Amino acid sequence: MHLHRLEKIWLGIGFSMLCLFLLVLGIMSLTMGMAPPGGHHQSIDPAKVRETAPFDKPMLKKIGENEYEAVFLAYAFGYEPHKMEVPAGATVHFIITSPDVVHGFEIPGTNVNTMVLPGEVSHVTHTFDTPGEYLILCNEYCGAGHEYMMTTIIVK
Amino acid sequence: MKQERQSTITPQALQPFDRQDSGLVLAHILFAFTALLLGGVAGVLQGLVRGGMITLPASIGYYELLTAHGILMALIFTTFFIIGFLYSGVSKTLGGSLYPAARKLGWTGFVLMVSGTVLGVVMVLLKKATVLYTFYAPMKASPYFYIALALVVVGSWLSGYGIFYQYRRWKQTNQGKVSPLFGFMATVTMLLWQVATIGVAAEVLLQLIPWSFGWTETINVLLSRTLFWYFGHPLVYFWLLPAYICWYVIIPKIIGGKIFSDALARMSFILLMIFSIPVGFHHQLMEPGISEFWKYLQVVLTFMVVVPSLMTAFSLFATFEIFGKSKGATGLFGWVRKLPWKDVRFFAPFMGMLLFIPAGAGGIVNASHQMNAVVHNTLWVTGHFHLTVATSVALTFFGIVYWLIPVVTNRVLTPALNRLGIIQTVIWCVGMFFMSASMHTVGLLGSPRRTAYTTYGDHPDAVLWMPYHVVMAIGGTILFVGVVLMIVNIILLLRAPSGHTEYPIGEASDEAVPTPRYLERWGMWIGLTALLVIIAYAIPISDMIHSTPGSPGYVTW
Repeated sequence: MHLHRLEKIWLGIGFSMLCLFLLVLGIMSLTMGMAPPGGHHQSIDPAKVRETAPFDKPMLKKIGENEYEAVFLAYAFGYEPHKMEVPAGATVHFIITSPDVVHGFEIPGTNVNTMVLPGEVSHVTHTFDTPGEYLILCNEYCGAGHEYMMTTIIVK
Repeated sequence: MKQERQSTITPQALQPFDRQDSGLVLAHILFAFTALLLGGVAGVLQGLVRGGMITLPASIGYYELLTAHGILMALIFTTFFIIGFLYSGVSKTLGGSLYPAARKLGWTGFVLMVSGTVLGVVMVLLKKATVLYTFYAPMKASPYFYIALALVVVGSWLSGYGIFYQYRRWKQTNQGKVSPLFGFMATVTMLLWQVATIGVAAEVLLQLIPWSFGWTETINVLLSRTLFWYFGHPLVYFWLLPAYICWYVIIPKIIGGKIFSDALARMSFILLMIFSIPVGFHHQLMEPGISEFWKYLQVVLTFMVVVPSLMTAFSLFATFEIFGKSKGATGLFGWVRKLPWKDVRFFAPFMGMLLFIPAGAGGIVNASHQMNAVVHNTLWVTGHFHLTVATSVALTFFGIVYWLIPVVTNRVLTPALNRLGIIQTVIWCVGMFFMSASMHTVGLLGSPRRTAYTTYGDHPDAVLWMPYHVVMAIGGTILFVGVVLMIVNIILLLRAPSGHTEYPIGEASDEAVPTPRYLERWGMWIGLTALLVIIAYAIPISDMIHSTPGSPGYVTW
C-alpha cells in the first residue's frame, strides 16, 4: 500500500519511540528485577485463608540484616496486622492475601501498588529509605466500608 | 464513488433519509442521551461528595451512584449511540435504506438492550448490585443484575447481525465492488464488538449467573477478571472506532474537503480490530497469578495498537492541510485559518481530536508494564478515561447529533442552534480541563479512584489531596451544566424548522490509490485476530483454570 513520504517519516518516528519504550521497560523488568508484582505464582484456598500459614498469624518477621517479611491480610474493611514498625532503610517483602473480596494495597509516595485477590497470594517488595508514617490504603472498591480501609506503617 | 443501485434522477445524497430507518436511529439516540442525563446526575453528586461539599441522604449510597454512573455512561450511552449512528450510515451508504431483515434485527436488539438497561438500573437502585460497572467477583450481586447485563450484550449482538446482513446484501448486489467506507468501518466495528464480548458473555453466562443463583458454590476470581478485561479493553475501541468513522468519513464532507486515503483508513480499522483484543492484561498488570512474561507480551501487543491511531492522526492533518491549500492557504499553518471553526459539526469533533493527544499519551503511560504501579487504581486513570471516552468520543458524538437529528427528522440546523452547540462544546472543554487535570495530578499523588469521601483519619497525605478534589467537584459541576445544555440542544433540534439536511458522507480524493481487495478478506482478518488471541491468552487462562482455587461470594455493601 502506498504511503506518502511524510507519513512514512511520521510512522517511523512513532514506531521507533514505541520500540524504545518497550526495550527500556523490558530490560528493566526482565533483567533488573523491576517487574510488575505477580511474578511469584502462589495460590491459596480463599475459604481457608485464616487457617493457612503464614496467614493464620499476620505479622512482621525479620529475615536478615534490615530485611523483613510482612505477612498481611487484606479484608473488608481493614488490614491485619493493625500496626507495623520498621527501621529506616528496611527492605520489606509484603506477602498479602484476602479472605473475602478483591482489595488493593497501595502505599502513596512509593511504588507499592498491588491487587489482592482471593485465591492468590500477592508479593511486592519495597525499601523504606525515608522515615515517616506511611499510609496503606485499599484502592479497589470492596464494599460499603471501602473508604475507611487503611492502616499505617511507621518507619523510624 | 458512484452508487449504481440508485436509478432515479435524484443523486442518493439528496434523497431524504428513509422514514422507517429514521425511527430506529432516533430511538437509539434519544435513549442514549436519556442515559447520559441520568448518568450525569450521578456524576455531579459523586464529585460534590468527594470534594467534601455535600453529604448524601441515607437513602442514596455513593457506591450505588458510582455503579449507575459507570453503567449508564460507559455501557449504555455509548452502545446505544454507536448502534444508532452506525445504522444511520449503513442505511444511507449501503443501499439507501435498510432491508427489512436488518431493520427487524435492529429493533429486536434495541428492545432487548432497553429491557436489560431498565432491569439493571432497577437492581442497582434497589441496592442489590452495588458492584460498580466492572462487577468484580467475588462481590456477588443479584442474579437479575447479571441477567440484565446478558440482555444488553445479546441485544447488541442482534444489532450487529443486522449490520452484517445489510453489508452482505450490498456485496451481493454490487459484485466485485469495494464497499462504501462507512459500511466497511461499521462492519469492522461490530465485528470487533462480537469478538470482544465473547469474554464478558462467558464470564456472565458461565460463571456469574450460575454462581449468583447458587447452582455453583465458588467462582474462580482471577479467571472472571481475565474474561472481563479480555472484553474491557476492546470495549474502548468499540467506543473509539465510531468516533474515527466521524473523523474519517464525515468531517471531510463537513469542511468541504476529501478523504485523504480510503485504503489507509480501512487498513487502520483492520489493525485496530486485530490489536485491540489480545491485550486485556494491561488492565491487570498489578495482579498476582499472571506471570511477568504474559503481561509483557500483551504490553508489546498493546503498543502495536498505537500505530493505527498514529495513522489516523496523520490522515486527519493531511486532510485538513490539503483542504486548506485548496482554499488558497499558504505557509506551514495557513490551513488552520481555513477550517470552519464556527461550525459545531466540525468544532466539537475537532476538540475531541485535539484532546485525544493527551488522552492517548496517558494511555501509553498506563500500559507501560511496571510503570503502571505509579497510576493503577488512582484518580489518574479516571482522569485518563474522562479524556478519552468522555471527551474525544463524547464530543465527537455530540458533534454528530447536530446533523444526524436534522437528517433523520427532515429538519435543518439553525445558526442559533449552531451557536448553542459551540457554547456547549466550550463549556464541556472548560469543565473537563478542570476535572481531568486535577484528577491526573492528584492521582500521581496517590489518591485512589472509586472511593467515597475520606481523609483516611486525617492522614497528611490524604489531606493534601483535598484541594484537588475540590477542583474536581467544580469541573464536574461545569460538566453537568454541559450535560443539561446538550439535552436542551437535542430538544431544540427535535423542534428545529423543517427542511432537507444532506447526510454528510465524504468522498475520496482523486489522487488516492484504489483500495486493495485484500482488506475485505474477512476470513483472513478474523483468523489473524483469533490467532493472536490464542497466542496471548490460551496458556495463561489454562493456568488460571487449573491452579487458582474458587472463592465463595460476598455481599459487602
